[in-house]
Amino acid sequence: MGDIIRVRGLEKRYGEVRALDGLDLTVPEGTVLGLLGPNGAGKTTAVRVITTLLRPDAGTAEVAGIDVLADPMEVRRRIGLSGQYAAVDEHLTGRENLEMVGRLYGFPRARARARAGELLERFDLADAGDRPSKTYSGGMRRRLDLAGALVAAPPVLVLDEPTTGLDPRSRIQMWEVIRELVSGGTSLLLTTQYLEEADRLADEIVVIDAGRAIARGTADQLKRQTGGERVQLVLADVADRDRTRVLLGEVCRSDVRDGETERELAAPAEGAATLMEVLRRLEEEGIAVLDIGLRRPTLDDVFLTLTGHGAEAPGTARTEEPAR
Amino acid sequence: MTTTVTPLARTVTDSWVVAKRNLIKIKRVPEVLIFVLVSPLMFVLLFAYVFGGAIDPGGGVNYREFLVAGIFVQTVVFGATFTGAGLAEDMQKGIIDRFRSLPMARSAVLIGRTFSDIAYNVLSIVVMALTGLLVGWRIRGSALDAVAGFALLLLFSYAFSWVMAWVGLLVPSVEVINNASFIVIMPLTFISNAFVPIDSFPTGLRVVAEWNPVSTATQAVRELFGNTGGAPVPDAWSMQNPAAYTLLWVVLILAIFIPLSIRQYRRAAG
Repeated sequence: MGDIIRVRGLEKRYGEVRALDGLDLTVPEGTVLGLLGPNGAGKTTAVRVITTLLRPDAGTAEVAGIDVLADPMEVRRRIGLSGQYAAVDEHLTGRENLEMVGRLYGFPRARARARAGELLERFDLADAGDRPSKTYSGGMRRRLDLAGALVAAPPVLVLDEPTTGLDPRSRIQMWEVIRELVSGGTSLLLTTQYLEEADRLADEIVVIDAGRAIARGTADQLKRQTGGERVQLVLADVADRDRTRVLLGEVCRSDVRDGETERELAAPAEGAATLMEVLRRLEEEGIAVLDIGLRRPTLDDVFLTLTGHGAEAPGTARTEEPAR
Repeated sequence: MTTTVTPLARTVTDSWVVAKRNLIKIKRVPEVLIFVLVSPLMFVLLFAYVFGGAIDPGGGVNYREFLVAGIFVQTVVFGATFTGAGLAEDMQKGIIDRFRSLPMARSAVLIGRTFSDIAYNVLSIVVMALTGLLVGWRIRGSALDAVAGFALLLLFSYAFSWVMAWVGLLVPSVEVINNASFIVIMPLTFISNAFVPIDSFPTGLRVVAEWNPVSTATQAVRELFGNTGGAPVPDAWSMQNPAAYTLLWVVLILAIFIPLSIRQYRRAAG
């Protein structure tokens, strides 16, 4: 199987800002690629180039073997886009929105209508289908938007931050919808700021920072690189720091990492068992903690490991090197 | 896929789909309509009663009769702002991006928008005409001429719609376009014969007014409605042949701004 999306050396500059700085990317056919990065990393710019909305300054992008710059119309026929930048019309009903999209894909009226009905049913919007979409909840709107991307059953789907801004329940619902979708063999490029989202949905993840791909791998590979789950604690008394450090090192059989403040310490954990063991030993030694818990690696951790700076402030390197 | 249709047929269908979408909005957001209809109504009444007594257009014509054609032209030119505002709003909300990601005709969003905005202009002309009739305006020419007058108004506004379409795709927000259009359209309509006869203008201004397409459109419509009375027409060619000169402007504007707007639509970056 070949690559359904192939991007090489993409560059795009806005004034002084390099939104894309030599981005390379491939999505093998029938797989899900998660493009993971913080705000401003260049995810949306990349999506806009791939979906023919934006001309890059340099580089090439192909969708299903078609050059997006040479033949954008053919690319549009094969691609479905949904996300923060492809909206639904709030004055139209859900049904009208989908019918309109169908008509604009070149469907005859009856077929557009039938397809709209099908999609409303499938995305649990049938009851709300004849209400203006501005009355929809955030989650419903995203589902309608996603349905819009699927009207022509395109072989390639691009979802730009499909769950950003959604409440946890809608997010999980959206994940289910997307997972069901890709189980049918649709190729998907998904951008996200959430490691957890990429973890749940993507076969492979490309981490993007400052317009460039800085790592590629499965979620497990990235997490392993990042150090996986950690037990993290905040001491009640800084005087206990050295003793606790030794204790943590023994239980976790690993180096102990300093936290943001002097009271904080962290070490790799293997689930709740490690946490219980640490708690037991702390009790034995009579060390009081203000807070203790298991932390899964976040995008921020991935970034810290890969780039030495956090995800919140792209481009600003931290002064202290993360301890290994 | 359905690729057998000709590009022209495709453009027509897609434009119609877009126009229909815009027309649904009139139905769903009637507040917009109220604004569109009340402002020309207000203008007719204000000018008729506030300035009406003070201005004598000459030629034995009642000022209210003189005024209505001017208000018609001013209103349809302002109506073009709607096209720009609608596109700016669609840009802001990401709907233009949705359209641009679809395999539809490149010109359809703009053609659909400019056509659906004709509906707004037709409605506001009807309201103005009714108000005009109430304050004493009458059509004194033939029915055919009157139809030609209304057709010229719509053509004129259609041309300005494309100017505003281009502006709407350029500016970052709806508020900007409303302010920008005000700055351009106010002087355009005031340095003209829309509200006062231009023979009282200082020479420089008078020449501008004589060649201002708003003046010639007003003059043409006045003549077609039979509202000029015996007032002498300025000697400029533009004013002597107002309909021809106005149509020339319409063609010129369309020839420039249709390609310009479509180009801007294609490259529109959010």
